This record gives sequence, structure tokens and C-alpha cells, in this order.
Amino acid sequence: MSPEPLLSVSDLQVGFATEGGLLQAVDGVNFELRPGEVLAIVGESGSGKSVTAQTIMGLTRGHNSRIEGSVQLDGEELLTAGDAAMRKLRGERIAMVFQDPMTSFNPVYRLGAQIVEAIRAHRPDTSKADARARVVELFDSVGIPEAERRVDDYPHEFSGGMRQRAMIAMALALEPEVLIADEPTTALDVTIQAQILRLLEDLNRERNLATILITHDLGVVAEVADRVLVMYAGKVVEQGTLDEIFYDPQHPYTWGLLGSLTRLDRPRPKRLPQISGAPPSLLELPEGCPFRPRCPHEFSKCTQVPGLEARLPDAPKHCDRCWLTPEQKREKRHVEGQIGLEAPA
Amino acid sequence: MLRFVVRRLAGMAIVLFAVSVLIFLIFNVVPNSNPAQQLAGKNARPFLVKNIEEEWGFDKSLPEQYVTMMKLVVNGELTSYEPRIPVNDRIKEGIPATISLSVGAGIIWLFFGILLGYLSALKPGGLLDRLLTAVAVAGISIPVFLLAPVFIYVLAEQLELFPNGGYVPISEDPGEWFKHLILPWVTLAILSIGFYSRVLRSNMLDVMNEDYVRTARAKGLSERKVMTRHVLRNSLIPIITLFGLDFGATIAGTAIITETLYDINGVGSYAADAVTNFELPPIMGVTLYGAFFVVFINALVDITYAYLDPRVRLGEAAAE
Repeated sequence: MSPEPLLSVSDLQVGFATEGGLLQAVDGVNFELRPGEVLAIVGESGSGKSVTAQTIMGLTRGHNSRIEGSVQLDGEELLTAGDAAMRKLRGERIAMVFQDPMTSFNPVYRLGAQIVEAIRAHRPDTSKADARARVVELFDSVGIPEAERRVDDYPHEFSGGMRQRAMIAMALALEPEVLIADEPTTALDVTIQAQILRLLEDLNRERNLATILITHDLGVVAEVADRVLVMYAGKVVEQGTLDEIFYDPQHPYTWGLLGSLTRLDRPRPKRLPQISGAPPSLLELPEGCPFRPRCPHEFSKCTQVPGLEARLPDAPKHCDRCWLTPEQKREKRHVEGQIGLEAPA
Repeated sequence: MLRFVVRRLAGMAIVLFAVSVLIFLIFNVVPNSNPAQQLAGKNARPFLVKNIEEEWGFDKSLPEQYVTMMKLVVNGELTSYEPRIPVNDRIKEGIPATISLSVGAGIIWLFFGILLGYLSALKPGGLLDRLLTAVAVAGISIPVFLLAPVFIYVLAEQLELFPNGGYVPISEDPGEWFKHLILPWVTLAILSIGFYSRVLRSNMLDVMNEDYVRTARAKGLSERKVMTRHVLRNSLIPIITLFGLDFGATIAGTAIITETLYDINGVGSYAADAVTNFELPPIMGVTLYGAFFVVFINALVDITYAYLDPRVRLGEAAAE
């Protein structure tokens, strides 16, 4: 692992002015990403994971958004970069794969043409024929059969999985350094999910891509991630390596996420455990720890917001936002047996 | 394509048949619609009315009368009652003027409707948007029967910039043709410009939230390309439908007020005369002519649609 991070995000704050007041969608996110690394950002809908990704791309800029902190790509600050500079960088250095391949392509243009458009937007000197040849090559490399013929298909003529492959081909068209995949497998069948994940993993290894994988599916995370960021209500509640998060989770919210996974190595419960309640409205956050209303281990100290700190002496990079001591955490986690918050009813 | 044409032709025949039956029935149930009474004049003796009824066939059963009339329609021999002028001739006379009026106005309203709608969607809520909204609402609200007299009074009579009504065939003098039509074109287009710009603006605001627009930005396209190639292009599809309906209707002679006020002897003013005189043959002729164009233009719109949206083509193939 090279010591120099390619992408570093520090104290990122993203707020949107809404009719109900300022909505703090992302509140103090920090992370570093190196080439070849896969960082997973995990959380429920509305936890701020997609907004974080789109802010890195400069897609959340607007007159009703307020963005603070710092996002640096190779030492270059992106949050204050001009619109033209950001446009150059999008697709060229940072590319994105979106959740829903059904709606993420323009239905009225041929798939190949949409990728040619991306190539020519950055390399205006490339002839249409050369760009098209490049697309055929890309389609081949992401496993689309009969690439030569299929570049001229319309999006509706592709299946969901094939469309997601085309989306990945488009993201790779200009050989970016950072790939952000926003729920790339959520809209796909389980068998297709596995194929797409394997493809992302291969690409990450072959091209030494720095990858951000946004998902709510811990199964996906376990498959490909090196490091994990768990987000809740706009805040990072826990972050660490894959092993740290899966084998020694510190935050009750992470326990809940892990507990609600189906596991083949344990007797099947009658009903899958779940985290009771719903995430708080970002406009009416509870006082103190945002997870407090849903947390079964709440105590007096929880009315103050816990900082994101390393609380384990032997794991300086494993941080969490929970006031419980590591001993208490180990004990409570064990009492629950399957690292679930709620015993099966 | 052949199947499409055949299906469309069959549909057109059904529409025309239904329209003709409807017009025929309406005419016959409306009070005081006995044409014999009209032809005989006020206070005519009953036997005179009866004679006319027999002579013209108004005493026959309705289905018989309908069949007789349709034979005339098919043979192009439909004639108005008094004076006896062939309906076909009058419609043919009116068509060049009406088409000149409709095509010109259609081009103007489509162009400016799209331009203004696009400009106001660029920065929704901005100064330009609010200004254009006011203009559009004004355009929609001003009735043609107010706008036309104001134009005629100010621009034609006072400032003498344009001729005061009338129509010059393009074959006679293209310059005069153009000059005479500018005011009618603008008059007819203004309402649609306002309306189309509002519809396009709201379409564009919807399309801007589509995932593929985000994709277009994410791949680093310039804002202008995102707006034109992705947002505008996809927002135009409903506009084309709207244009087909409106343009078909205008060619069909619904610009009655404009034609009348500017003294253009087109199909619209003929329709107006026919309704005023309350004679079935011209009403029938004009209505069938209009229905034909509405159906025809809509078939053209469907073909255009297939080119604008490839998913429609698939639907067509799947249906076959």
C-alpha cells in the first residue's frame, strides 16, 4: 500500500436548504483512499452515503447546497475547483457507476453513442470511428458478448445486468483513477450481482483503481471491500478494516446491520433480526447520539454526541462513535448472541 | 410500415364515418333545422315547404338521406342549398390560404415556444424565467378577438406597417403574400407560444431529475450539451404530440376568428359561413375535411415519434 493517499476527504459537511430548514445530509466525513483499495460506505437510505459520493464528483453543487471541508485528489482541492475544472475531471479522473442501470442511460440514444459522447467530451480530437472502436474494446473487456454488434443497441434492448456492464464500460472509458460505484448491484438479480461484483473486483485489481463502493448490503461489502465506513444520519459511526468491522464491531448500529444478515453457518432463526424503528429525520435529529432512539443500550451519557475516536488500544485506525467501553461492547454483543440488536420474536 | 399504414387508413375510415354520422344526427335533432323551411323562406305556405321537401328528398327516412349525402360526398358532388355552390370548390379555394396561415403560424409557435421554454428552464426561478413566465401567461390570456383588432388598428391602420387584412396567393406575389400573413401568423401563434413554452419548461424540469441526466453530468459533458442533447431532446417528445394535435386542428380550419378578422377566405371562414347559414352540406364537407387532416397529421406524428423515441419502434414491432 503506497503511503500517499490518492483521494482524501476531510471533515466533509454537506447541507441542503429545504423548506423545513437546513438539512445536514453529510456531517463530518473523513477518509483516505489509495490506488488499488476498495472502500465500502455502508448505511441505510438517507444516511448520506450517496451525497458524499456525489459531492466528491461535484454533482451536489447548487444554490441551495452548502458544502464545507475538503476533498483532495492527488493534492488538488476539488471543493473549491471551478466548474470547468470539475467537468474535466468527471469521467476523466473520477468516474461513477450508478445504482439503476434501467434509468441511468438516456433511452433515446444508442449505448455506444452515449459512451462515444463521453470519450469525445474529454478527447475532442478522437474521431467517431476511433471512439467507437474503443467502445467495442471496452464492451469486450466487461464481458458483453458480440460487442461489435451490441454497441449499436438501444438501452432497452439490453438486460439489466448487461446494462450495468455497459455502465461500467462507460465509467472505464477514459481510464479514471477513482471509480465510485453507487449501489451498483442493488437493482440486479442475485446471480447477476455476483458477476458484477467479480467484474468490479477484477477491474480494481487489474487497473489499480481506487474504488469507493456504496451499498447497504454487507454481503457485498464482505466480498470486495478492504476498508469500511458505516454511516448513520449523515455521520460516520464506525470505520475500520473489513476484518475489524466484521469480527470486532464496536457500534450498536453496526451490530444491528450484521445481525440482520442471513447466515449459513448458524441455525436459521424463525425470523431475521431487525433494527427496530426508522432513521431519524435529518431535520429533527435527536439530542446527542443520533442512534439513541433506536439503541437498546442507551445510557445517561448518550445525550452528548460521541466523537469518532479509536477506543481500542491495539487498533488505532478502528474508530467509532459510541460511549460504551470496549469491555461493555464485547459483553453486550455477546449477550445478544448473534450480534443482533433484537432477539428474534 | 405497410401494416402501420393499413391500420392507420382503417382507423381513419372509422373516424370519418363516425364524424359524419354524428354531424348528420346533430343537424337533424337541432330545432328549426328543417332545410325545406329555410329554403321556402319566412311565412311560406305549408304546401310549398312540402314541395321542396319532396323535391330535395328531405321527406325520406334519415338513413336514406344519410346514404344519399354520403354518395355525394364520395363523388365530390356535395353542393350547398342556396346558392347552389359545390362544397368541394369552396374548400379547394380556401385550402391555400388556410395552409399558408397554419404552416407559417405553426413554424413560429413551435420555434418560439421551444426557445422561450428552453430559456426559462435553464434557471428556474431566475429573473429570465420569471420574465418569460409573465410573457407566456400574457400570451395565453390575451384572446385572439382582442389581439387581432389591436394589431390591425395600431400596426396596420395607424402605423401602416402592414396591410389591413386580406390574402394574396403566393403564386401571385410572394412578397405580398408574406406581408399580408405576418399579422395573422403572429396573432395565431401567440397563444401557442405561451402554452408550449410552459409545457416545455415543466417537461424539462421533470427530465432534469432523471438519472440519465445525472449520468450525462457525471461523464463530464458541458452544461450546454447536457441541457440540449439530453434534457431538451427528451422533453421534446410530448411537445411533438401537442403540435400534431394543434397543427392538425389549425389546418382543419379552426382558426376561424383569425381568418374572419383578417379577412382571409380560408376554410375556417367558409366553416363559419356554413354554420351561420346553417346548411348541412358545407358543414358536413368542412367537418370531414377537418377530421381527415387531424387524423392524417396525427399519423405523421406517430411516425415522427418512432424516430424520436426508439422504444416506440420496439412497441410497434412487438405489436405485429
